[in-house]
Amino acid sequence: MFIVELSDLQGLITALQGNGYAVIGPTVRDGAITFDTLNSVDELPRGWTDVQEAGSYGIRRREDDALFAYNVGPHSWKKFLFPSRLRLFAAQKAGKGFEVDPAPTGTLPRYAFFGVRSCELAAIAIQDKIFMDGKYTDKHYKTLRKSACIIAVNCVRVGGTCFCDSMNTGPRAKAGFDLALTEVMADGKHHFLVEVGSPLGKSLLQKVTHREAQDAEKVQVDRILKAAEDKMGRTLDTQKLPRVLQDNFEHPRWEDIAKRCLSCANCTMVCPTCFCSTVEDVTDLTGDHAERWRRWDSCFTTDFTKVAGGNMRMSTRTRYRQWMTHKLSNWVEQFGTMGCVGCGRCITWCPVGIDITAEATAIRENSMSTLNG
Amino acid sequence: MPAKRPKVAVFKFASCDGCQLSLLDAEDALLAVAGAVEIANFAEASRRVVKPPYDIVLVEGSITTPHDVERIREIRKMGKVLITIGACATAGGIQALRNWKDVKDFTRLVYASPEYISTLDRSMPVGSYVHVDFELRGCPINKNQLLEVVNAALNKRKPNIPTHSVCMECKLRGNVCVMVAKQIPCLGPVTQVGCGAICPSYNRGCYGCFGPMENTNPPPLSRQFRAMGKERHDIMLMYRGFNAYAEAFRKESEAHEK
Ligand code: SF4
Ligand code: SF4
Ligand code: SF4
Repeated sequence: MFIVELSDLQGLITALQGNGYAVIGPTVRDGAITFDTLNSVDELPRGWTDVQEAGSYGIRRREDDALFAYNVGPHSWKKFLFPSRLRLFAAQKAGKGFEVDPAPTGTLPRYAFFGVRSCELAAIAIQDKIFMDGKYTDKHYKTLRKSACIIAVNCVRVGGTCFCDSMNTGPRAKAGFDLALTEVMADGKHHFLVEVGSPLGKSLLQKVTHREAQDAEKVQVDRILKAAEDKMGRTLDTQKLPRVLQDNFEHPRWEDIAKRCLSCANCTMVCPTCFCSTVEDVTDLTGDHAERWRRWDSCFTTDFTKVAGGNMRMSTRTRYRQWMTHKLSNWVEQFGTMGCVGCGRCITWCPVGIDITAEATAIRENSMSTLNG
Repeated sequence: MPAKRPKVAVFKFASCDGCQLSLLDAEDALLAVAGAVEIANFAEASRRVVKPPYDIVLVEGSITTPHDVERIREIRKMGKVLITIGACATAGGIQALRNWKDVKDFTRLVYASPEYISTLDRSMPVGSYVHVDFELRGCPINKNQLLEVVNAALNKRKPNIPTHSVCMECKLRGNVCVMVAKQIPCLGPVTQVGCGAICPSYNRGCYGCFGPMENTNPPPLSRQFRAMGKERHDIMLMYRGFNAYAEAFRKESEAHEK
């Protein structure tokens, strides 16, 4: 482990740019900490923090100059790896058939994600499984993902809706990064403890002024991160949860949620693991030119479950149930992990503050099954 | 290009013409449309009138008089496909605010000789009187959506007109939610997408111009508005806009009358 002083952190951004990366990182925009192009350390949310509760979010000034003292915001990295809109191909009429022009993958940007939190690493790992590790590969995703560099940042404080500890995904990054930083501000010092996670990370660090970390400095970071872990905003008891939810398919709580849920789909849009999309075919007026576009979709829309002959899920009750049981139950069978990483976004960004941890707990506590958790 | 161009006619009832103007506002695309179809009746654009039948009839405006009722029935017979455009035609429009009052009070107030005024009690959507093949929402409609519907009809494909929430569009654009991050009451979660989430993109709450979305559930949103400090009366007024008489909004505003 190494130490990089605050004054040398710019060197890392410069090194990434020098390696041809488009650096993306957190920045303050529209009253939130969002992800945008990052050219300089000065663009980071220095001295800002966020306050998150169910259905509410705000940023506040801190008394210090911390660069990373907030948690995840409205955006997630899926916005870059799995864009909300993508042209899959274009087709031009040629004689009796069509000439197809597939979406280009050769000219895609090489991203460096700067400031990826531990839960987000877990979310990216989940989307990797879905988009490129299975039988079918999403070429666009794979190209972007394979060329991306990940600079993780450990959470030295946790947010009001975070529950990564319950999901075993944080607050400390364990794998899946090229470099991982922990911000340390104490005794007049302001530096970063850096862990190297890959040969790429190692070569990047070579270009940045750094030194070996002393044992005391490592212990200090362990202490900071342990303290964060103890302050989790929310908890979720995952013990036998997949089974508990399966056994409670007709639980009255689903109807109770349906009375509060707007079916607005915000939870699925902000979730870093939700991966559903739909395709829309468009033509020009003559019908000679056609395009197929993919865009994010959600299990909360009516069209999502429309098939020949009808619709499988017409009520909010069945839609919310589908969403939550997929995240916390069926996902395990399907992909070998839960579909939730405990980032809390769906709780914060639900306009009416529906809380997945509270709902799952309510079902468990009032379980209709013989198996009680 | 098909040899025989489909005939498109535009008719207007009680409305401000804004939706028809969206078609004229389509500029370049309008020329392409004009090339692909025969404009058979479009008073805002041309005096030329071609006799029915028409392949596509676009209807703007709400039905407010006994004469309107007769006329919309005639127009229905003229068109193979009837598409209503805008909040007036699909929900009764802003003029449907009179549906909560006695219309005679208005005619007495406005006209010197109210006895000559023949009007219905209520301003109603076209769909209350005749079968409608497709409803294009909005106050005004979105010109791209209008082109999409015409385009889809010409190419015999399904129009891409989603009926889900404005929120989804907001998120697709990468907006920061004004309701959650700024405590600005927003009708986006109960409103159908179509405008491209313009208001939230400019830091304002959604006004509900495109009417209730599919499977809409306003009561919890209203409760949230209350929790944010909105008075019941203000909430009533929020739903009583351009789509006031659309059922879900009507019920929700009535629930906040007292
Ligand atoms: S379900 Fe909610 S808490 Fe879990 S990963 Fe998705 S947005 Fe985050
Ligand atoms: S849980 Fe919240 S964010 Fe998700 S659909 Fe329901 S109201 Fe919208
Ligand atoms: S700003 Fe309004 S429309 Fe956009 S996500 Fe928030 S509640 Fe929905």
